[in-house]
Amino acid sequence: MTELIIASIMTIMTAATPLIFAATGELICEKSGVLNLGVEGMMLIGAVFGFAAVTVTGAPMLGVFAGALAGIFASLIFGFLTLSLLSNQVATGLALTIFGTGLSALFGLEYVGKTIEQIEPIYIPVLTDLPIVGRILFGHDPLIYLAIGILGLTAWFLRRTRAGMVLRAVGDSDYSAHAIGYPVIAIRYAAVAFGGAMAGLGGAYLSLAYTPLWAENMSAGRGWIALALVVFASWRPSRVLLGAMLFGGITILQLNAQAAGLGIPASYMSMLPYIATIVVLVLISRDSTRIRLNAPACLGRAFRAER
Amino acid sequence: MAFAGALVIASGAASAEKLKVGFIYIGPPGDFGWTYAHDQGRMQIEKELGDRVETTFVENVPEGPDAERAIAKLAETGHELIFTTSFGYMEPTLKAAKRFPNVKFEHATGYKQADNVATYNAKFYEGRYVQGVIAGKMSKTNTVGYIASFPIPEVIMGINAFLLGAHSVNPDIKLKIVWAYTWFDPPKEADAAKVLMDQGADIITQHTDSTAALQAAAERNVLAFGQASDMIQFAPSTQLTSIIDEWGPYYVERTQAVLDGTWTSGDTWHGMSDGLVVMAPYTNMPNDVATLAAETAESIRTGAFHPFTGPIHNQAGELVVPEGEVADDGMLAGMMFYVKGIDDEVPN
Amino acid sequence: MPLEMSLLTLEARATPSVSAAWLSPLLALTLTAITGAAIFLIMGKSPGIALYIYFVEPLTSWSGLSEVLVKAGPLILIGVGLSIGFRAGIWNIGAEGQFIAGALLGSAPAIFFYESVNPLILPLMMLLGILGGMGWAAIPAILKTRFNANEILVSLMLVYVAELLLIHLVQGPWRNPQGWGFPGTRMFPDAALLPVFFAGYRIHLGTIIAIVVPLLVWFALAKTQFGFQIKVFGSAPLAARHAGIGEKRMIWVTLMIGGGLAGLAGVIEASSTIGQLVPKISPGYGFTAIIVAFLGRLHPVGALLAGIAIAVTYIGGEGAQISAGLPKAVTGLFQGIILFYLLAFDLLTRYRLTRITISKNAT
Repeated sequence: MTELIIASIMTIMTAATPLIFAATGELICEKSGVLNLGVEGMMLIGAVFGFAAVTVTGAPMLGVFAGALAGIFASLIFGFLTLSLLSNQVATGLALTIFGTGLSALFGLEYVGKTIEQIEPIYIPVLTDLPIVGRILFGHDPLIYLAIGILGLTAWFLRRTRAGMVLRAVGDSDYSAHAIGYPVIAIRYAAVAFGGAMAGLGGAYLSLAYTPLWAENMSAGRGWIALALVVFASWRPSRVLLGAMLFGGITILQLNAQAAGLGIPASYMSMLPYIATIVVLVLISRDSTRIRLNAPACLGRAFRAER
Repeated sequence: MAFAGALVIASGAASAEKLKVGFIYIGPPGDFGWTYAHDQGRMQIEKELGDRVETTFVENVPEGPDAERAIAKLAETGHELIFTTSFGYMEPTLKAAKRFPNVKFEHATGYKQADNVATYNAKFYEGRYVQGVIAGKMSKTNTVGYIASFPIPEVIMGINAFLLGAHSVNPDIKLKIVWAYTWFDPPKEADAAKVLMDQGADIITQHTDSTAALQAAAERNVLAFGQASDMIQFAPSTQLTSIIDEWGPYYVERTQAVLDGTWTSGDTWHGMSDGLVVMAPYTNMPNDVATLAAETAESIRTGAFHPFTGPIHNQAGELVVPEGEVADDGMLAGMMFYVKGIDDEVPN
Repeated sequence: MPLEMSLLTLEARATPSVSAAWLSPLLALTLTAITGAAIFLIMGKSPGIALYIYFVEPLTSWSGLSEVLVKAGPLILIGVGLSIGFRAGIWNIGAEGQFIAGALLGSAPAIFFYESVNPLILPLMMLLGILGGMGWAAIPAILKTRFNANEILVSLMLVYVAELLLIHLVQGPWRNPQGWGFPGTRMFPDAALLPVFFAGYRIHLGTIIAIVVPLLVWFALAKTQFGFQIKVFGSAPLAARHAGIGEKRMIWVTLMIGGGLAGLAGVIEASSTIGQLVPKISPGYGFTAIIVAFLGRLHPVGALLAGIAIAVTYIGGEGAQISAGLPKAVTGLFQGIILFYLLAFDLLTRYRLTRITISKNAT
């Protein structure tokens, strides 16, 4: 039984990792006041370009880097349209998702059916072999540690650094921040790019570590769940880890229930992650005070410096 | 209109005398699974009859109204024989067939025929039985993880055949079944494999199409079976074997029939004996297991043995196939019950 | 020393430019074609021929035209519904789920009364389809008005739920008992199928409905108080609230219209070109309709034209696969590019480029 629990935790962490990456990036983006619905598209772009990079060069870490870079480029299209051309953020984010899905499908055509060297979990002598906690703490693949590390850095950045405070100010009250002299647009560009890098990383994780494969639409809605995750976490990084494990866990849970022969109709169990997302959204959104306290006040609004 | 004219001339001149054969694919030929196998069959036609035949394919055609249009388009552009390679193309194929009575259609895995619509399928369950025999011998935990796609007779038949094969050498084998509700979704297939392994399965088999499950198993050094094509390159030290869909012989035969003017409709359900089902080389197992597997496959191929030979009981314990008798094709084609030895219920 | 600078800057227009509103879709399509030509060149295909196959060839034959209209039908219906909501700033991203829900509820009579010859069954199905879509859209409506839950995420999650529900039903309780266990319901009886016009082609009553509805909606919006309210609500929500336009009412009405039209499109699709329910009844109409709505400038008649334009690219895309060996993925890419260009040019409708001069005199 212990073995099953430990193994399940390991599998759940894998399932949670793409969500952690994407949600962390979107969190920073939204904290600066920009709502980018294109996460799904950016993840797919990251996945395909990361996979292509590894196929061509044979270096897994290069694939990770390529995925992040591709995500940045994709996000900058969105950034340019919304921050400089002042287009509607919701529509542009959707356009990015549609574009990203199409571009990744096209670019990925020649990579379907190919495979690469999968990114392996780490192994530290003695530490990984510790009973129970060994694998849970020291036995994941490197990208999981990267995700948690970046999440931690993000939390520290927002709370403890001046730059983080400026970011929050830009998201809460853009005109005031502008009046003080902060470059609102430039800061938002940076936040958008960070979101793109993270989404790209999340996608690259799918095609480099989760599976060593590329398939069209392989993110299968994870980008949207990441968006919900940010709301669930009330825009606080500390909650993102918990939320990602919950959402990832539900997917794994339904498979486990089937394998154990629990007899609950599989199609109903497959609905669980999505219904759970809705339930969580409702519960979180009800508390409008908390939402108001944590949600960036300028989320989704275009900013134009008046002369 | 000039462009269109140029296009028509360009393709027309080359194919003036050749028979045009079209293919409708549900996925991309590069999937290394279901569609890949059909595409290999298509290429076999070109290899053997290329001087008299040319082929076209349309990939990623969704089932439904889009399919009817794609099929009709092939018919409109001079294709005389059209293969539609997914169950969900059944009604669209029949509808298109009505509109183009002079075109011949072949629908894979379907059950409705017409004067100009034939159906065909392969007896994959024969391969599943052989896999079961191997699993029965190789499993140490006596637990096999089965990643199933949709609860349709094809898949249930496969599960049953697998278990019958396993029990024939090891009555203690148990199956853990996960329904992925997809034919192709690598991350989900990987998750399913991991979960099954977490729950103690030490052999993984699948009825989904990607290599993800096989590779997830390989990562943990767990033995597994490939699907639809030989996936050995994806898991060189853990793949036991794979059921290879060999559509080539059938496709060539049917194309030849159209060339000869002898094509008629019907339902074809061939297996190992006609070369439609082939097992990939037996690897990563001791010689005696490989020999047993090869012998089992050979006995099925020659017709000496049928995987669904009685006595077979269903889950409720009723005798559905008496001793010494063989399940008829009708029972197999509509199989929606599990044989005894599976504890789960068939979904729905 | 005096310093003078001449700058190009954006100046907000008092009212959106009408000419730009028509210009931007055309510009977007043109630029997409040019970008497409570049992509084709990179792929080693002849751009002229490929563009022709994509954008023109579908319109050059009766069968092509009929297929374009048939394909455009659901896109137009859903697009019109979405336009209304988007105008009001209500982002219904779950039209795909409402489509399925409408198909499910609307098909129920055909499945349960599968031997019926009653002419009333079709109107009943249409009505149930509308109600099904509305019901599915009511969930995000309730959750937004009562709990302030984001309608984008709720409606989207419900798409996945609807898809799984469809699969569950056609494989289980609603499965055809004579279907050898394969997923899918019985074929609908003839009385439950929409009549087809022009034998040999697939244009059916639903296609006609899809052409008439945008005109009706246009009329309704232009002539009614409600139409005006939507416009105000979308562009100036605070002002709208002051004017007494209830936000909750707006959310409900727009989601009901969007859901109802999507549900109608769903039951039409099931009772026409498919003729039954199967595990997958939509190749993503609900999402493509979002592009249709924007391409049509959120105007009902615009949605009609845009639906036809997008349908052309679909049909052209299939032709391109057969005649030019171009992969299907190019169509999806085109759609994303169209939307990007459209949004970029959107700027021109709301802002105008002017030149201002700044002079700075040093003292």
